[in-house]
Amino acid sequence: MEPVLLECRNVAKKFGGVQALSGVTFAIRRGEIYGLIGPNGAGKTTLFNVLSGIYARAEGRFFLEGRDLTGLAPDEVAACGIARTFQNIRLFANLSALENVMIGRHVRTRAGVIGAIVRGARTRAEEAAIERRAIELLDYVGIRARANDAAGSLAYGDQRRLEIARALATEPRLLALDEPAAGMNAAETAALRRLLERIRADGITILLIEHDMRLVMAVCDRVLVLDYGVPIAEGAPAEVRRDARVIEAYLGGPIAGDVAAAGAVAP
Amino acid sequence: MDIFLQQLINGLTLGSIYAMVALGYTMVYGIIQLINFAHGEVVMIGAMIALSVIAALAKSGLHPVLVVAIGTACAVPVCMAVGYVMERVAYRPLRGAPRLAPLITAIGISIVLQHLALMIWSRNNLAFPQIIRTETYPIGGATITNVQIAIVLIALAMMAGLALIVYRTRLGTAMRATAQNLQVAGLMGIDINRIIAATFVIGAALAAVAGVMVGTYYGIAHYTMGSLLGLKAFSAAVLGGIGNLPGAALGGVLLGVVEALGAGYIGDITNLCHFAGVSEALERRCSEDPHLVLFGSNYQDVFAFLVLIAVLVLRPSGLLGERVGDRA
Amino acid sequence: MNTGSARPMRHSAAIWGGTVLLAVALIALPFALTAVGTAWVRITNLAILFVLLSLGLNIVVGFAGLLDLGYIAFYAVGAYAYALLASPHFGVHLPFWIAVPIGAAIAAVFGILLGAPTLKLRGDYLAIVTLGFGEIVRIILNNLSQPINITNGPQGITLIDPIRLGGIDFAKTEAFLGLAFSGPVKYYYLLLAVMLAVIFIGVRLQNSRIGRAWEAIREDEIAARSMGINTARIKLLAFAMGATFGGIAGGMFSAIQGFISPESFVLVESIMVLSMVVLGGMGNVWGVVLGAVLLSFVPELLRYTVEPVQRTLFGRMLIEPEVIRMLLFGLALVLIMIFRPAGIWPSAVRKRELAHP
Repeated sequence: MEPVLLECRNVAKKFGGVQALSGVTFAIRRGEIYGLIGPNGAGKTTLFNVLSGIYARAEGRFFLEGRDLTGLAPDEVAACGIARTFQNIRLFANLSALENVMIGRHVRTRAGVIGAIVRGARTRAEEAAIERRAIELLDYVGIRARANDAAGSLAYGDQRRLEIARALATEPRLLALDEPAAGMNAAETAALRRLLERIRADGITILLIEHDMRLVMAVCDRVLVLDYGVPIAEGAPAEVRRDARVIEAYLGGPIAGDVAAAGAVAP
Repeated sequence: MDIFLQQLINGLTLGSIYAMVALGYTMVYGIIQLINFAHGEVVMIGAMIALSVIAALAKSGLHPVLVVAIGTACAVPVCMAVGYVMERVAYRPLRGAPRLAPLITAIGISIVLQHLALMIWSRNNLAFPQIIRTETYPIGGATITNVQIAIVLIALAMMAGLALIVYRTRLGTAMRATAQNLQVAGLMGIDINRIIAATFVIGAALAAVAGVMVGTYYGIAHYTMGSLLGLKAFSAAVLGGIGNLPGAALGGVLLGVVEALGAGYIGDITNLCHFAGVSEALERRCSEDPHLVLFGSNYQDVFAFLVLIAVLVLRPSGLLGERVGDRA
Repeated sequence: MNTGSARPMRHSAAIWGGTVLLAVALIALPFALTAVGTAWVRITNLAILFVLLSLGLNIVVGFAGLLDLGYIAFYAVGAYAYALLASPHFGVHLPFWIAVPIGAAIAAVFGILLGAPTLKLRGDYLAIVTLGFGEIVRIILNNLSQPINITNGPQGITLIDPIRLGGIDFAKTEAFLGLAFSGPVKYYYLLLAVMLAVIFIGVRLQNSRIGRAWEAIREDEIAARSMGINTARIKLLAFAMGATFGGIAGGMFSAIQGFISPESFVLVESIMVLSMVVLGGMGNVWGVVLGAVLLSFVPELLRYTVEPVQRTLFGRMLIEPEVIRMLLFGLALVLIMIFRPAGIWPSAVRKRELAHP
């Protein structure tokens, strides 16, 4: 069995009096595609914000390859190897697609002010490498043709792909995707599925929030189900879909039936 | 003389004026999240108009209080018109633009208003006609003047009037709804443009009265008097929690008091001769003249800025503002 | 940003031709101006100082998107640093090439002092805090003559050393190759060199890893942080770089004028520099240069035209040129924001950004 990549111990987060997350404990193994599902408001994005350092003050601890990342700032988390996308797409909308990905390379490159001004051989080589890698990544997610278009002008599905490319540019160990299939049609979703599998094949572990149950069932090795901020089930998709508590959480009552139908509940 | 009480009285007077101006900032900010940078200039124009009218009527034989009232009555509609035009010309076209755009036009408007005033009223310090004879009353070791009492009372009355408008009329309800959510208020059939214009106009009316007060209190008017006053009033609004009406009133009064007390005491506090024991040279120097003041009362204007910076940095939501969560 | 290499040949020939023409024009300019009047060389020198300031402010406002309304404070710090290090006031007379860098470094420290507590402030709040900072610096300069006389208060500092470089004394007229190089002409060439260096630095920074990081925080700070950009450090860098340019310009101003007082560093000056950046096109180095040149010269042209026109029409001055100049500044800010929010010569990115929805 592969070693653990990300480990969360008792992560909890409160907003005022509202307990948005509590007792979230799980471990993702290297090379997995690990799903995070649950009804709207279950705390999935909150967990992402904790893991990416946006919510600095959360309880509990989390570790990436044994290294404690609790309380680190978002840029430090990114430097340690967790990269994310956003549910409500946060691209640098007025910059070109290429520049967006090039900015993703920031954390793995070094040139400072002096380098920028002098632009010596090393800086030039670095700049060339940044651009080359950014183009590769655009190609990788399938939007190379749009490299020079403003990110905000891309089609919705392409924007989601661009966010993935930008995240990949930071050379993450763990890629955290917040509803990458939202707003995609069936063909786009199928392409996304192939992309996710390819990313995994290239050695990057994926943490996936997704409402599209068909995609989750098809691509995830294991899933964690959150409800009202509390984990209620974890396991292979096939097991979880038969879990009574999961069915109840999704359908709001103890109604028997195939939770594949839960896919229809999602927007 | 009781310095503390005296500075407290001066501070309360000053603070009442700040509060009236701060209300203008906070109302506009509450509704369209814009710092109306030119609001201070409206105060200046109010003072200038009143100055001209009062000077013209000074020898008319009318009762001085009536003359000041007429001056104010002329200043208010002019300022309301300025407020309206300002919103119409410089801010409305930019609704929905990035935040910095209306801030920059506001600076532009501010410059234009200042220099129009310069053209009309010259670049000199103008003596504001002191036609109301100042009466001084002793109060517990300090003194208070009839002008100070009038300023505080009028400010209270104006604020009460504003509260009535905002909390007891249809217009006020519409204003509060718009402040909550501009789009939704629009969908509910509220004429957003009218409400925003009304907000500017009401704020300008308060500013006009504040302008007359400043002129009467300091006895001087100048075409640049609005910018510093405006900044201080904005600081007051931020101190109270921007967008919050009682907060602006509270912030104004607090800032006035802090400034007055600061000016009254800073010279004493930073007098190095308190520490004369530290070095012999200092001791010798202080035996000749016991005042070796590091910061004198000429640093008074720095207080407002320090308060502003401290509040913005430490508690940007202000004293009465709601804390904004760290949502991503 | 990635267009430089792929430009067609005839295009680049045109650019080279243009560059050579421009260079010749810039070199010949002071002599042409001297023919019109020595005052114009001085005006040009001041214009170049404003170009320097605008380029510095452009780093903060244009690149990083941080609206700084107290920028003139850094100019003041640079100017006073030079004045105190090279004048009879303290009896210190450091050479220009030491005093100006020290001033620039102090200005950079002030930039960081201003930046550090304001890192988390939203755009418009930041604008107000920076404005307050600028005023505080001015008030302190105005009052720091007591109890120890450091700044000499409102009277300012006089008899500041002119620049001496090698054997060249910039205050004296010298003949060289049969041409008379007056003080202002020599300063012109020095300023021109500094300006070209600063333009070069600006362009290089914009098209670099750092420049992209600035763009990123301007566009979306949370996304930028999540991509591993240390936004605190990168913002402070913008403040420090901008302040450094301001400090350099201040030091040169001090040396050229020979006299400075707090009156040269009022809020209006900050706003003037901001106007230049906004008018020219935030974020685009060339646009900013254009904006600074326009707003420096147009008012001067007005001064020389409005006065005689008014005198012949009305027999006296109705509106002083200074007032007209300020009215134009104000109107320019309003009209540009409404009709051409990205400026006369915008950067491609800012154009998209400021296009109204």
